[in-house]
Amino acid sequence: MSDILVSEQSAPGPGGSGRPSGRLLEVDDLRVEFRTRDGVAKVINGVTYHVDAGETLAVLGESGSGKSVTAQTIMGILDTPPGFVTGGQVRFHGKDMLRMSDEERRRIRGEGIAMIFQDALSALNPVFTVGFQIAEQFRVRRGMGRAEAKKRAIDMLDQVKIPNAKGRFNNYPHQFSGGMRQRAMIAMSLALDPEVLIADEPTTALDVTVQAQIMDLLAELQRERQMGMILITHDLGVVADVADRIAVMYAGRIVEEADVYELYAKPAHPYTLGLIDSIPRLDEKGQQLRTIKGLPPNLMNIPPGCPFNPRCPMAQPVCREKVPPLLQVGPARASACHFAEELVNRV
Amino acid sequence: MSENILEVNDLVKHYPVTQGVVFKKTVGQVKAVDGVSFGLRAGETLGVVGESGCGKSTLARVLMNLEKPTAGNVVYKGQDISKLSGGALRRLRRQIQLVMQDPYTSLNPRMTVGDLLGEPFEIHPEVAPKGSRRAKVRELLDLVGLNPEHINRYPHQFSGGQRQRIGIARALALRPEIIVCDEPVSALDVSIQAQVMNLLEQLQGEFGLSYVFIAHDLSVVRHLSDRVAVMYLGKIVEIGTEDEIYERPTHPYTQALLSAVPVPDPTQRNNKTIIRLTGDVPSPISPPSGCRFRTRCWKAQDVCAEQVPLLEIRRGSDHPSACHFAEKREIVATHEV
Repeated sequence: MSDILVSEQSAPGPGGSGRPSGRLLEVDDLRVEFRTRDGVAKVINGVTYHVDAGETLAVLGESGSGKSVTAQTIMGILDTPPGFVTGGQVRFHGKDMLRMSDEERRRIRGEGIAMIFQDALSALNPVFTVGFQIAEQFRVRRGMGRAEAKKRAIDMLDQVKIPNAKGRFNNYPHQFSGGMRQRAMIAMSLALDPEVLIADEPTTALDVTVQAQIMDLLAELQRERQMGMILITHDLGVVADVADRIAVMYAGRIVEEADVYELYAKPAHPYTLGLIDSIPRLDEKGQQLRTIKGLPPNLMNIPPGCPFNPRCPMAQPVCREKVPPLLQVGPARASACHFAEELVNRV
Repeated sequence: MSENILEVNDLVKHYPVTQGVVFKKTVGQVKAVDGVSFGLRAGETLGVVGESGCGKSTLARVLMNLEKPTAGNVVYKGQDISKLSGGALRRLRRQIQLVMQDPYTSLNPRMTVGDLLGEPFEIHPEVAPKGSRRAKVRELLDLVGLNPEHINRYPHQFSGGQRQRIGIARALALRPEIIVCDEPVSALDVSIQAQVMNLLEQLQGEFGLSYVFIAHDLSVVRHLSDRVAVMYLGKIVEIGTEDEIYERPTHPYTQALLSAVPVPDPTQRNNKTIIRLTGDVPSPISPPSGCRFRTRCWKAQDVCAEQVPLLEIRRGSDHPSACHFAEKREIVATHEV
């Protein structure tokens, strides 16, 4: 990689530190707002995370936490308007993608970073066959001929374990079942052998037995290809099974980041703690579920101080005044809570 | 054992598959529900779990008498409800109510909350005389944890969880005995889901409600249910108490389903029994002969293709299971909390 390019491109953006660090993909102090008729919604308010080759970062959050918008910004598919990036950087191999030309970004999509979506039926084009849509990439991006592209596409369908890949090549998306469609989309996103795969709720629309198949498949393909993976989900169960690290998002911020084992054993943010306590578990017979009171904040009117303070059982006056920064609270873990130390050190 | 308040006997619901426009002919049947029997006891929660297409929502519609069964019947306190019509059906509807999955489409966007919750009283004026309806609606809002001051708001002014509370309040308005809940929490975020589940439990205690709780999320069903029925392709494959189903499942499908549920505990990653099913659920238009699960089952023998396994208690098991080779197997290591 060219060092000159890096130094040219990584002039510090507003808020971004701009240091090249040898990471594969880094999001640095990203800020995004949606300007709508009703007002400005601050959807992402300084998100920083990274993913390296071969590791899985899970981005965990509820609806409206900004986890999908972050991914859309990375991919350059944010709807503008209403969405606008107001600060920060997204660096791929140290190079800020937000300052690239459209042509440069296009080259990264598919080959550098690819994405799969929750709803495969609407992500696939209904008027072209599944095979054509995969083969198209080989023809356009790799300059292959029709026959060779078809061979490669069938090979991809085979790799995602679609039975009778050859026969399925000419099927349209609606002829596939939900699980098969998701496999086809995975085949499409991995066709150009990306370094990073962003999976946005890849199994949320699927039944649990199919979900297990798809998660197995993703894990296997990731291992083989040493891809970095960003898994965006709200499901604490799926995360526990596959993630290496977890970033928990709330109201457009990362409120906690930790290794998967530490996060479940000892959450360092009251929101994470509340989430883990409020899910019913298959292996537990229980009484009343503990809940997080109230609702997530309106992003047009985020409360001052810590955005979680109105719902937090630990809230003190300081929480209403000062936004807690995301600080280290141990080796490789960080929390954005004024009382993180106390949470971590409790018995 | 308390008495059954609702009895479902050999219920069948088939939908015709037609071909042609002018000379329409029936070319097949979607066997959505194909011989389902169970009883619901007063004050209990019966969970119904299964994957998409297993017929659980069709079951809800037939229980509510929104669809007439193709065969079999639903008996409420000795009365066959599928034979009722007119005033008798209207009176029955007071006793059995439905909470739907999607709080966004199940509330009329042009009606205020006050109108939405007041409507049941217009249809059943005997429940609340005209002058007392506003007060009743406020009471309902308070009951489900909403601010009674918001009586004049429209559905879009509420969040998903709050709308689901409105849906629950509407189901409660006529003080029914039975509420059929069709995926009531699956559209909600985790932190909100827990609030709504607690509300359902609290209301059950307060009014002695019986729930038929239909869901695909096995953890949610375990938390709320006293008894659980597992459905596959239109049939119940196993039914029993919560402990029986979750701690001692005997049907291979139940076992596979339970093993596939991710447990939110990374330390369990490597010591889980994982049964991976291959393939997809077959089409309900032409389900496999004999046992419907045999095409995906690792235990399948010749007999499974020939004989339909009955839902009955077999040797070595304490609850009904529809498998020729039913055998206890621990999948989920349960602990009390």
